[in-house]
Amino acid sequence: MAEALQIRRRTPLRLWLSCGWLTVFFACAIFAGPLSPQDPLAQDLLFERLPPFWASGAEPGFWLGTDSLGRDVLSRMIHGARIAAIVALVAGFGACIIGTTLGLIAGYYRGWVDQIISRIVDVWMSFPAVLFAILLVAVIGTGLTSVIVAIVVIDWTRFCRVVRAETMAQSRMDYVDSARIAGFSRARTLFREVFPNVLPVIIAVLTLEMGIAVVVEAILSFVNLSISSDDPTWGGMISEGRLSIHQAWWVLVFPMITLFLTVLSFTQLGEALRERFDPVLR
Amino acid sequence: MLLLRILSRLLSIAVTLFGVALVVFVVIRLIPGNPIAMMLPPGATDDDIARLTALYGFDKSIPEQFVIWLGGVLQGDFGTSISLRQDVLGLVLGRLPGTLELAGLALFFAVLIGVALAIFGTIRRGKKTETGIDIWNGLTLSTPDFLWGLALILLFGVVLQWFGISGRVSPQLDLPFVTQFYLLESLARFRLDLTADLLAHMWMPALALALPLSAMIAQVLKVSLKEVMTLDYTLLARTKGYTERQVIFREALRNAALPTLALTGVQLTHLIGGTVIVERLFSYGGLGSMAIDAVINRDLPLIQGIVLTFAVIFVAINLIVDLLYTVLNPRLRHG
Repeated sequence: MAEALQIRRRTPLRLWLSCGWLTVFFACAIFAGPLSPQDPLAQDLLFERLPPFWASGAEPGFWLGTDSLGRDVLSRMIHGARIAAIVALVAGFGACIIGTTLGLIAGYYRGWVDQIISRIVDVWMSFPAVLFAILLVAVIGTGLTSVIVAIVVIDWTRFCRVVRAETMAQSRMDYVDSARIAGFSRARTLFREVFPNVLPVIIAVLTLEMGIAVVVEAILSFVNLSISSDDPTWGGMISEGRLSIHQAWWVLVFPMITLFLTVLSFTQLGEALRERFDPVLR
Repeated sequence: MLLLRILSRLLSIAVTLFGVALVVFVVIRLIPGNPIAMMLPPGATDDDIARLTALYGFDKSIPEQFVIWLGGVLQGDFGTSISLRQDVLGLVLGRLPGTLELAGLALFFAVLIGVALAIFGTIRRGKKTETGIDIWNGLTLSTPDFLWGLALILLFGVVLQWFGISGRVSPQLDLPFVTQFYLLESLARFRLDLTADLLAHMWMPALALALPLSAMIAQVLKVSLKEVMTLDYTLLARTKGYTERQVIFREALRNAALPTLALTGVQLTHLIGGTVIVERLFSYGGLGSMAIDAVINRDLPLIQGIVLTFAVIFVAINLIVDLLYTVLNPRLRHG
């Protein structure tokens, strides 16, 4: 009992912090232009590798220093948030729509449809995800759209598996039989009755997926397969910062911390939602 | 009945592997640009390109190529790498041991850390220590291996400068090995100096891969342990005078291990998938770093071989976990 109380007292703070950070993240993504102190693409070789504001040799206006081409780290991070947010939202929802649709169909209709969908999911899960993503981007060509397509193509299985299991559990409930007896068609029962009850789990997985999408984008830009290396992405900055790690640690460390906090916030929020809604954990 | 179950299981494995082979075969043939034209020097004539294209079989239709390739694979011939001009099977087998050793060490770390945290958390349940462990688990669980790798490089390679941060083994060392399983062979030959050097290179990538899994193991095992600790037979053990520690190690652990085992199996495939980027990060010469190079060089036969190898490993892990689960769970043995 004491333990249950402890958990209840502890959870809100973590959630408040996560929501707070995600608000900052999305605000940076939306208002990237006015929030950035400098032009994220402007190179200035006179200002290369300036340290952050508290160190000696820092220039006013370049709060978190500059990279090896003299570009402002803070401004690039803020514009990187925009790319990360676009990937998180578009790829997350894309994977969600495909995975949920197939999961609902497989879980509700069962039979041969379920057999085929489950077999495809098995095949999909037998690919190493990162390698599959790199392969897909190599096939479709680099760019923001390819990154999003690759994430959708790979990660729909996450939604499909969870939604299928939850739909199967919901389909055994009495309200489903009642709806059928009341004369609802099977499709209508699925979308009007079952779907709303599966929705909370979907939202939890979606939140987790957004965190994953941000990491995958960072990994792809880290191996130089995301968008062009001029454009500010966190992964690109990390990849660049790794090369100048001994001369300018700030180019690596600040984007790493931002990436870490963003993923952590999405995961904490998603886990909290799942604990609340997942029937297996409940 | 049992025979039927094994047969249907084997059949489904065959279907899955066939599916993987088919998907990867079709996907990589959609890569724009002629990989043959890329490997020839700029002065090559169209005639040269056509000759080499025919040599690699790329002039045939995709279904024809697939049948030829599949026939070769069934006989153990995975084709020839375009960029390295060597036998794909040989290349894969040369790199696979490095990845397996890395994944094995990572699994060892994950189980060690995870089980230790779970037991410690169970002994101190309800106290501040358990809260601390829960928070640590939450943090490690949501930090992907990629970020752990970077953090370790930063901390130990740059700030403290304790360890070299790249490669599988120091290049100046003379390796007397006949197999590619360097770590195992160094132990078998009792060359502990080499073992130490290998471990100094391996522990960071292994730890980066291990931490997320260790958190998962700790969480699930702790929940099961705490549940088992409330059951009658652990109460009985306590009345017999066992200490808390004895109850956990002699009675509870064995019975609480099953859910953790099932989870570890699934997550182990994620860990092995993670080697692709972590090997790249630490310039560790395994299958994963070769895979990324193969994609960048558009080396179709090599990509196919590597992806199929990963798929075989994933399927094998799932099979082994299922078997272990049946052996360890008496309820399933006679089911």
